[in-house]
Amino acid sequence: MTQTLTLGRFFRLSLLSLGALMFLAPYIFMVSTAGKDQSEIFSASLSLIPQHFAYMANFTKALTRVSMQNLLLNGVIVCGLILVLQVVVAVPCAYALAKLKFGAARFMMALVMLGLLVPIHATALPLYVAFDKLSLLNSYTALVAPFSISVFGIFLFLQFFRAMPDDLIHAARLDGMSEAGIVARVIVPNAWPAVTAFAIFSVVAHWNDLFWPLIVVTNQSYATPPLGLLFFRAAEAGDDYGALMAATLIITLPLVIAFLLAQKRFVEGITMTGLKG
Amino acid sequence: MADIALSFSAVETAGRREARTAWLLASPAILLMLLFIVLPTIAVIVLGFTDFELGYGSFRFVGLENYAELISDRTFRRSLWNTTVYTAIVTPVSIVLGLGIALLIESEPRGRDFFRTVYFLPVASLLVAMATVWQYLFHPSIGPLNTFLALLGISGPNWLGASSTVIYGLSIIGIWQSVGFNMVLFLAGLTAIPRELYSAAEVDGVKSSIDRFRLVTWPMLGPTTLFVTTISVINSVKVFETVKTLTEGGPNKASEVLLWTIYQEGFVFLRVGYASAMTVVFLAILVVLMVLQYRFLDRQVHYT
Repeated sequence: MTQTLTLGRFFRLSLLSLGALMFLAPYIFMVSTAGKDQSEIFSASLSLIPQHFAYMANFTKALTRVSMQNLLLNGVIVCGLILVLQVVVAVPCAYALAKLKFGAARFMMALVMLGLLVPIHATALPLYVAFDKLSLLNSYTALVAPFSISVFGIFLFLQFFRAMPDDLIHAARLDGMSEAGIVARVIVPNAWPAVTAFAIFSVVAHWNDLFWPLIVVTNQSYATPPLGLLFFRAAEAGDDYGALMAATLIITLPLVIAFLLAQKRFVEGITMTGLKG
Repeated sequence: MADIALSFSAVETAGRREARTAWLLASPAILLMLLFIVLPTIAVIVLGFTDFELGYGSFRFVGLENYAELISDRTFRRSLWNTTVYTAIVTPVSIVLGLGIALLIESEPRGRDFFRTVYFLPVASLLVAMATVWQYLFHPSIGPLNTFLALLGISGPNWLGASSTVIYGLSIIGIWQSVGFNMVLFLAGLTAIPRELYSAAEVDGVKSSIDRFRLVTWPMLGPTTLFVTTISVINSVKVFETVKTLTEGGPNKASEVLLWTIYQEGFVFLRVGYASAMTVVFLAILVVLMVLQYRFLDRQVHYT
């Protein structure tokens, strides 16, 4: 491929750069506005560098009105619990479906297919009524339990396990390993790429989810990051965009940093999980 | 003879043991699937035929009354229409942009990783948070977008505040958020196209890049495009976060979308029975989309 800047390449690069600028604009304005004070924001200037550098004031407001540490911690706890449960439940099941013979396999596949079709939005009403009856609203249980099963996880691991050589498992059986031991010591270590991909998919999905937390949590101390941001907006009655942008920045940063550090894995994870949703 | 019988029963017990282990390994998943997917799905269908309201002790079966009410419910019809408009805008635009960007990145060796990262960034960002940023960008008087338009002598609309533009404002955010995802899937699809096909096409006299795209790239991307389309449509039908954060269905129900209406009826007004009927309609839409995808997939010609 020639490295000379032909007209076509110049055109392509300009187009890509212009698009990139448009896609980055929200982030640029977020960082810029987080440092502006009220009067400068309301002067509606397009200047990106704040005149007075109100970063300290805005971040203090963002950190004190709603406990950001608590929100981020809740996000980590909820996403962590969900991920661990999903993997612990889905991996043995996928292994059984992929490598063991049993009568219920067809029935299981039907369940998985049904599960892939039914999102949380469809099951939310009965689940809400049930959690309400059990007085479990406003708890980590309510936030985590419905997602303990990921049919998508089963589906993804199943595809991955099917491609694994049977010899690996036979060898482990000859060594006298139990089936549970095989799952833990042979399957999981070999399935690491699939687990990572699934982990990224799961964490991104649940870190961002608003629908379910909005339904089961009214108490701020159980709020996840998106819900907490809604509470923060409600607490900021006026249009205090400086503080709002500071809060937005704090809440967006963890996942964005994770993405920038491991972007190859992120993109791989999303494509892999995207291949068959 | 005895030997054969013995080994036969040994195989049989081994088989039975294997089946038992399989059941054991799969049982937590089966149990949770029944509890959190199958039962609630059945429950939502049953509840759709009742007048159940949270907070009232008793309920009765009302047959198809909820569905009859849905047909004449202006809010629900509005909601279906808005969801359709939103989907009709976001899906094609985000697919075309995703494909276009993927093609540009693929053909341009420089800055490939950088551009991929930038366009993918919105997918990895908290949508509720970024929606707040968009609200500021869209602000009618102090927002950068309208300030910029004013420089060009255009007086920008009240994007999210006017019923005539709110769905377009939300669509822009939806497109911005989903292009990166589509792009990454298309990039994966493009890398999977064997290079030899392009050389073969060139030998056959396909010279212009447009013909190359029309004759090789586009047909080979068929399965990817179908998949991206399904995912995009389903995600658009599920639009909720931006509506909840920015417009709450307003102004004047102009951004009333399906999940928002269900949320309002079920979890704010607590009319669980009625909201369940809406949910059944929502589920039916998803089923139809899935069936369509499989029908297309069956008809798909595979070139590899």
